[in-house]
Amino acid sequence: MLWKVLLLLGLSSAWAQKLCSPGASDGYKVRLSINSALGDQAYVWNENEMFLFRATLAFAMRTYSDGQEYDVANVVVCDETPRVSFWFVVTSPLDASLLVDKRRVEEAVRKSRSRINSAFLLTDDTLEFIGIPPTLEAPVAPDTPPWLIAFGVVMGGVGAGIVVLLVSSVVQKIRKKRDGEEETGGKTENEAASDAIYNMSFSDDEPVTQM
Amino acid sequence: RQRDQSPLKWGSKTQYLLTCVGFCVGLGNVWRFPYLCQSHGGGAFMIPFIILLVFEGVPLLYLEFAIGQRLRSGSVGVWSSIHPYMTGVGIASMTVSFFVGMYYNTILAWVMWYFLNSFQSPLPWSQCPLNDNLTDLVSECKRSSPVDYFWYRETLNTSTSIEESGGLQWWMVLCLAAAWSVLYLCCIRGIETTGKVVYITSTLPYVVLTIFLIRGLTLKGSVEGIKFLFTPDLNELLNPSTWLDAGAQVFYSFSLGVGGLISFSSYNPVHNNCEQDAIIIAIINGFTSIFAATVIYTIIGFRATKQFDDCLNEYVNILMLLNAFDLVEGTVTEINYDEMLQNLNSTISGSEVIQGLDLSTCNLRTFLSDGVEGTGLAFIVFTEAITKMPISPLWSVLFFVMLFCLGLSTMFGAIEGVVVAIQDFKIFPTWPKEVISGIVCLSSFLIALIFSLGSGNYWLALFDSYAGSIPLLIIAFCEMVGVAYVYGIERFNKDIEFMIGHKPNIFWQAMWRVISPLIVLVIFLIYFVNEVSSTLTYITWNPSSENFPVLEILPYPNWVYIIILLLAGLPSLAIPGFALYKVLQKCCCKKTIKKLELNTVSANVNMYDTK
Repeated sequence: MLWKVLLLLGLSSAWAQKLCSPGASDGYKVRLSINSALGDQAYVWNENEMFLFRATLAFAMRTYSDGQEYDVANVVVCDETPRVSFWFVVTSPLDASLLVDKRRVEEAVRKSRSRINSAFLLTDDTLEFIGIPPTLEAPVAPDTPPWLIAFGVVMGGVGAGIVVLLVSSVVQKIRKKRDGEEETGGKTENEAASDAIYNMSFSDDEPVTQM
Repeated sequence: RQRDQSPLKWGSKTQYLLTCVGFCVGLGNVWRFPYLCQSHGGGAFMIPFIILLVFEGVPLLYLEFAIGQRLRSGSVGVWSSIHPYMTGVGIASMTVSFFVGMYYNTILAWVMWYFLNSFQSPLPWSQCPLNDNLTDLVSECKRSSPVDYFWYRETLNTSTSIEESGGLQWWMVLCLAAAWSVLYLCCIRGIETTGKVVYITSTLPYVVLTIFLIRGLTLKGSVEGIKFLFTPDLNELLNPSTWLDAGAQVFYSFSLGVGGLISFSSYNPVHNNCEQDAIIIAIINGFTSIFAATVIYTIIGFRATKQFDDCLNEYVNILMLLNAFDLVEGTVTEINYDEMLQNLNSTISGSEVIQGLDLSTCNLRTFLSDGVEGTGLAFIVFTEAITKMPISPLWSVLFFVMLFCLGLSTMFGAIEGVVVAIQDFKIFPTWPKEVISGIVCLSSFLIALIFSLGSGNYWLALFDSYAGSIPLLIIAFCEMVGVAYVYGIERFNKDIEFMIGHKPNIFWQAMWRVISPLIVLVIFLIYFVNEVSSTLTYITWNPSSENFPVLEILPYPNWVYIIILLLAGLPSLAIPGFALYKVLQKCCCKKTIKKLELNTVSANVNMYDTK
């Protein structure tokens, strides 16, 4: 009897190992960089930590996947290296020979990423799921782009300046016409606008321009 | 075609000098000269530069000042005074002014865009934006760099070739409108308004350059940059292209041939010492080039050193090795990095893996000589350096304000060249100057909308290469030949003696008669032969090309050659064309050409009482 149980256990674990292999189509590679993240406070990676990982992943599958009762045994791990990296696959709770689809695993990991990270005191960079990119923080985008505001200020100033200058030259012309008519009564001036300000009779000619 | 006897004049000599300095000192001093200096043997480049400044730049400058001051007219008026058949030179100047003004102001629109975007922290070109599903950075940006991406995608939204127009980019249209509006505001009444603005636009760049120099010298690596810039390599002097580039740089740097300088000097009193002015302006221009080059290279040195240090920080390489070989953390450190790399490389499988890893190698010189002229310098290299400095928005605002001032003061001369020519031709005799300036600005803006297309960058490079280069050389050559041989060097000497009290000495005689025209002719011929004998190509930004982010070189399509012919040929052919027209007019219509009174001493003695 005992040997039957042992055989079954052995077979099932061997079976499970066959499901999980590096490069498995429904599996993911995980890589941890504990020393770089924690330095002196780094903990040693051992069986217990691996158990925590499998439990955390089972939690993620339970909460964010189809609601079935995933257990630690459903998360199968293989190809551990000293780096620390390993592959894992997730089996279905109903049938241990069926693997859960890659996309469902990815979705679950994505949604619970921060929980998984904090369980190990790591971050998106130091606990990597190769093939599952982390959701990056969206930058705060203001409603009006700041450059449009600056543009409005500049154009407002320039527009005001143009209007002021044009109005002042029109006013000067009107004033000059009025003065011209009063004084000389009909002397027509050649109104090339460049001459609007400078009047020959009043300019003081210097032989050399003074600085 | 002399201007009416109620002249405009300068408010003060300072205004005149500042306007001329502003006109000559432009973007080329900041982003062309440093590159030429560095690539043609550093400190050794000063030798051809200064020699050609003296033999080519100053004589031409003096010539333009003198004829403007004597004949008291813009370029069209001056050339028709010298000889009616030479009016074409004035027309050519006006056309070139118009074309150059169009594309030059577009560069100012780009500067304006960067300026407007500098009022935020962090600067938008300091990091890549995220893609749509927020999983990663935008691929185009990741493969190149945030500054490249901001320039090519978010500013230009450039298409992949000149044939794909890509449609108008609305934000560029707005910036173009802003740039032309600012220009109109400053030029609205000609030198009345520009004369006031130049107090700021001509002096501010020097203030900003000094601030940057002080800031730059306190940054790590700045001295490396300066050493790289000025280390002389005398072998470069044997290379003819060094002399060619020096000659071209001196010529274009003085903005000769566009008629702006002639026009500005025409507002001077007739006895102003134009010889002194020419020498002063030339010295200031040369000094500014060298000063700007120093400042630019302190910042480039800083940037290169930063990149080199980041590259040397082998953390990234270490991580890649650890991951690739699944080694325990800590087996590869900065100390034993080289050893471990060698060990791993010694097995066949190991070396294969390592080759696939693309580990970075670091060389300070490569970083220093990285893409450093023209728009690439200002909008990619320098902006990147700014993001690494503390309080980046401040430096960014200062830098782009400086660039804007440099370009704006050059634009004043271009607009002056066009507006005064229109007035001289009396096309719209009764219209006030405000309206004519407005028409010029508006029409230039509308045509310049072509530069706000997706392919606008390529159009601008086209204009830059062909609208300004060949016609200006031809105009300058005709100017010197016209004054020395058509007008007569003796008459010209007498005019100068009347103006400043002594005849120009033997040095000037030799320059005007022989040496300067020869230099200009040689530059023109070499340039012309180069262009005509090679297939013309341009560089494009194509994210789907193989070597991305390296720019792809494409040949121009055939229809572009027609445009090049128009751009370069139209102004050049205006010179003989107009002469021909006058000849035909004389022969066919048997009309006596109204020979305009040459402004000899006797004709003008009643204008100004010599005291």
